Amino acid sequence: MTEYDAVVIGAGHNGLVCAAYLAKKGRRVLIAEAAEIVGGASITREFAAGYSVSACAHLLYQFHPGIARDLELEKHGLELASDDLATIALASDGHYRRFSGSVVTGNGLTQKDISGFAAFHEQMTRYAKLLAKVAGRRPPKLIESDWHDKLNLAKIGLDIRRLGRDDMRELLRIGAINLFDVLNEKFTDELLKGALSVDGVLGAHMGPRSPNTVLAYLYRHLGDGFGTSGPAIPRGGMGSVTMALAAAARAEGVEIRNRTPVTKILCSAGRTTGVKLGSGETVEAGLVVSNADPKTTFETLVGFPELEAGFSRRVHNIRARGTTAKLHLALDGMPEFTGIDAIDSGARLVVAPDLAYVERAFDPAKYGEFSPAPIMEITIPSVHDETLAPAGKHVLSAVVQFAPYELKAGWDAAKKSFENTILATLSQYAPGIRDQIVASEVLTPWDIEQQFRIRGGHWHHCEFSLDQFMMMRPAFGATQYYTPIDGLYLCGAGAHPGGGVMGLAGRNAANEIVKREKTT
Amino acid sequence: MKRYDAIVIGAGHNGLTNAAYLAKAGLDVLVVERNPYIGGATVSRELHEGWLYSNCSYVCSLLRPEITRDLELPRHGLQVVPYGGGVTFMENGDYFASFEDHEAQLREIARHSVRDANAYERYHTDVTKQTRLIRPFLLRTPPDPTSFKPRDIKELLFLAKAFYHLGEETLNDTFRFWTMSIGDYLNEYFETDVLKAALAGSGIIGTALGVYSPGSAYVLLHHYMGDVDGTVGAWGFARGGMGAVSGALAKAFQSYGGEIKVAAEVSRIVVKNGRTTGVALTNGDEYHSDIVVSNLDPRRTFTVIMDESDLPADIVTKAKNFKIRGSSGKLNIALDGLPTFTGLDPNSRLMIGDMHFSDSLENMERAYDDWKNGTWSKKPYLDMVIPTQTDPTMAPPGKHMMSVFVQYAPPKLATGEWTDADRDAFGKTVLDTIGNHSPDFKDLILHVEVRTPQDIENEVGLTEGNIFQGELTFDQLLFNRPFPGYAQYRGPVQGLYLCGSGTHPGGGVMSAPGANAAREIFLDLKRDNLVPEAYADD
Repeated sequence: MTEYDAVVIGAGHNGLVCAAYLAKKGRRVLIAEAAEIVGGASITREFAAGYSVSACAHLLYQFHPGIARDLELEKHGLELASDDLATIALASDGHYRRFSGSVVTGNGLTQKDISGFAAFHEQMTRYAKLLAKVAGRRPPKLIESDWHDKLNLAKIGLDIRRLGRDDMRELLRIGAINLFDVLNEKFTDELLKGALSVDGVLGAHMGPRSPNTVLAYLYRHLGDGFGTSGPAIPRGGMGSVTMALAAAARAEGVEIRNRTPVTKILCSAGRTTGVKLGSGETVEAGLVVSNADPKTTFETLVGFPELEAGFSRRVHNIRARGTTAKLHLALDGMPEFTGIDAIDSGARLVVAPDLAYVERAFDPAKYGEFSPAPIMEITIPSVHDETLAPAGKHVLSAVVQFAPYELKAGWDAAKKSFENTILATLSQYAPGIRDQIVASEVLTPWDIEQQFRIRGGHWHHCEFSLDQFMMMRPAFGATQYYTPIDGLYLCGAGAHPGGGVMGLAGRNAANEIVKREKTT
Repeated sequence: MKRYDAIVIGAGHNGLTNAAYLAKAGLDVLVVERNPYIGGATVSRELHEGWLYSNCSYVCSLLRPEITRDLELPRHGLQVVPYGGGVTFMENGDYFASFEDHEAQLREIARHSVRDANAYERYHTDVTKQTRLIRPFLLRTPPDPTSFKPRDIKELLFLAKAFYHLGEETLNDTFRFWTMSIGDYLNEYFETDVLKAALAGSGIIGTALGVYSPGSAYVLLHHYMGDVDGTVGAWGFARGGMGAVSGALAKAFQSYGGEIKVAAEVSRIVVKNGRTTGVALTNGDEYHSDIVVSNLDPRRTFTVIMDESDLPADIVTKAKNFKIRGSSGKLNIALDGLPTFTGLDPNSRLMIGDMHFSDSLENMERAYDDWKNGTWSKKPYLDMVIPTQTDPTMAPPGKHMMSVFVQYAPPKLATGEWTDADRDAFGKTVLDTIGNHSPDFKDLILHVEVRTPQDIENEVGLTEGNIFQGELTFDQLLFNRPFPGYAQYRGPVQGLYLCGSGTHPGGGVMSAPGANAAREIFLDLKRDNLVPEAYADD
């Protein structure tokens, strides 16, 4: 006797979204989550007494507004402490650059760079809108295509044509290349270029010179395509996003069990029959949806004996090397960044003084070493949200790159010196910050793998680049959410369109499941 | 001054190919060449008495067989001898050998790793599929994807059909292959460092990309898509050096009545009322023609020998932004005898092949990092050959000539322009690299010509010394080469055409751009097309 129609493995944001949509369609859904709390990599955690921080993802860049509406997340408690955050590129001499929407300001910027940025931003937003449409649909097959795929392809073709000849030519020219060349064509200001390049390499094993960074930049700016003009900070940290999603899912009748790790996806004659839990219990279900990354899903939970050799090889070859670390600081006061007003301290602060700096930060990652001078994306969410720290105190959360998962020296040995490197870099822009530190925490990709159960510690589950994009994501044979195992689906960041707290992978997967399970 | 039907600027192999086809059709064609000799970067030059150097391009494979046969190049003196393999020396004293014979190759790989020998079967099959896909496109004009003209739509459909025939799974592999780095691609198949390094070389030669830069797998394909006498992927020596290629093309051109003027540098393409009327030379001579074809790279064509006022503003910007990066150097060496190499039998047939000295992807990527930082690679990737073993006529009896291609060297150093001291230091780095694996090499050296990217630009006219006349990245391939909207060989001014490697399908001694440009000219002149279709051999 089957109690559930579907078991979702993992209560990350995509798992929750997928479960909620399935429940909306009348499916009885169980989410099995290994951790103490729901949220996956979108959680809020107290890392020092009285200080809480978004433990992995720390900004809401591109959450899909349609999903927020469908699932009534506001009603379920999601509130933004601040949105459309400006980005400030820090300079050690205080001559920063401030980006807000299509406007960039800063001492010494030329008029050509200012108007050039406005034009660049608008053009990128037009491309991001195109990408947003593609992200919201199942990636098409090109040859073994059904009528959905054909329609989707026709839509993509038409949308590209609709850009107009000049925009279309420019997209075909720059779509597959690197930010380094594009930014150098358009701008002269080094700090401006450095800061913009961060959006192409954040979370990625790429430097600004690496082709594919233009695509990554567009992906980072999907939110612009959805209609926002900067990232947002949810009240209560990123955990409140997944709490609201969980409440929405429960309201649709989804059952969520925490502290319930799945150890095996059960298969029989090429079809899934349910999952085996850490407790030894078996949950039967005709549908299993994995929010786990593809390598964990296929290598660990399904196991190679159930899979064809060619597919196993493709899964093995998925590139998923995390290069991103996280720094959390509890501060006993407001840190002072040179040249930045206190009111701007709540903005998204970026350390990337020039393109060569960013590229040099990346180089060591290729050889299993961390950056001696890293790039950073810093937020001080307590500026907007007093619930995160005691009165008058603050928390700082920073994404730090590059820190390769496979460090030659080993992370156990090198973590302390890495932390010193980060703090030394940070001190160049906020000279007094070391004295304000009450407590600190560094999460290396190794830690992220352990704590958030993402193989390789890669935020996007799989590297986001052209060869792992759309109908190539995550690997041939599992690109349209369904997998070689009947009844097993993917709904996580490893599936199209990819990572980031967006929810589209979960929603697209749910749509696909409903469609396929009706017809087969 | 005399009036011609067409003037071709530059007697490089593409200029000569273009001119040969135009002359074959009965046009009165003049080729003007700045240097006192023809060939551009396809030359054999006696720079040390008794020695002929192929001092730019040095090996042959990409030259389209359709053109070789159509223009009867063998009759005009071209003979290409395959050299069949090569060797990559390892720091531990061992080496990895490449063989043309598949079974021999598998045995050699198995000596390093049995697992990799098995994987090599898959690798070989997979890469061959990509080679077969691309070859039919080389002698075609790229379609404009924004156009609704019947011809463009027809060409787009031809492209779509070729991809469609691959099937879903291979198509998926194709997209991945075209967008991946050669390093990542090889890591999917192999575990042996030296094998990966040996294969990765083709992904970076001539390119300002590293082995871990996405897009470098395509560059590998660019070096695999040629053939010698039908053996796809093989490389060979032109007897008499690479000058034999341009020499045969020139003879073909002259046999059709064409005229070549050397030491005739064009100062300006003359434009009147929006169309070309001829060329003006630096010596004051002018030649008139309604058709002017430039074999020069797009940057040089539009920013050096044309007036900005004659061109649309966007073209000048595009030409300035065109990525034509110098990344390669060259050493040509006269030797008193044949050097020996550590671990290699002097009588081994591997001696006649190409030799390499980088045994890991990491070393190759670090070589690229040096280039990014504005210096030549401290551990460069070398592609070294001693062609006099195959063709003794290029040096006095018993003596040898060595050609060393060096990746990477920047067009300009972080410290400024190249100085003589820099050039010497760069040369020493390369000689030391070879000397590490050949104890007697340095003692045999009689003469060394060291060429930095700057030297290549100064002598050949290739901007920044880029050997492909423009980077082979996606913004500059197919319908984007050289610029979006100008990929069909026509310039922005009526009567002006481009025929160099800066146009589709790109660099290498291929002659396809020259032939493709001729086809477009025939179309505009409403003449019968004489340029052959690609063989259906794939």
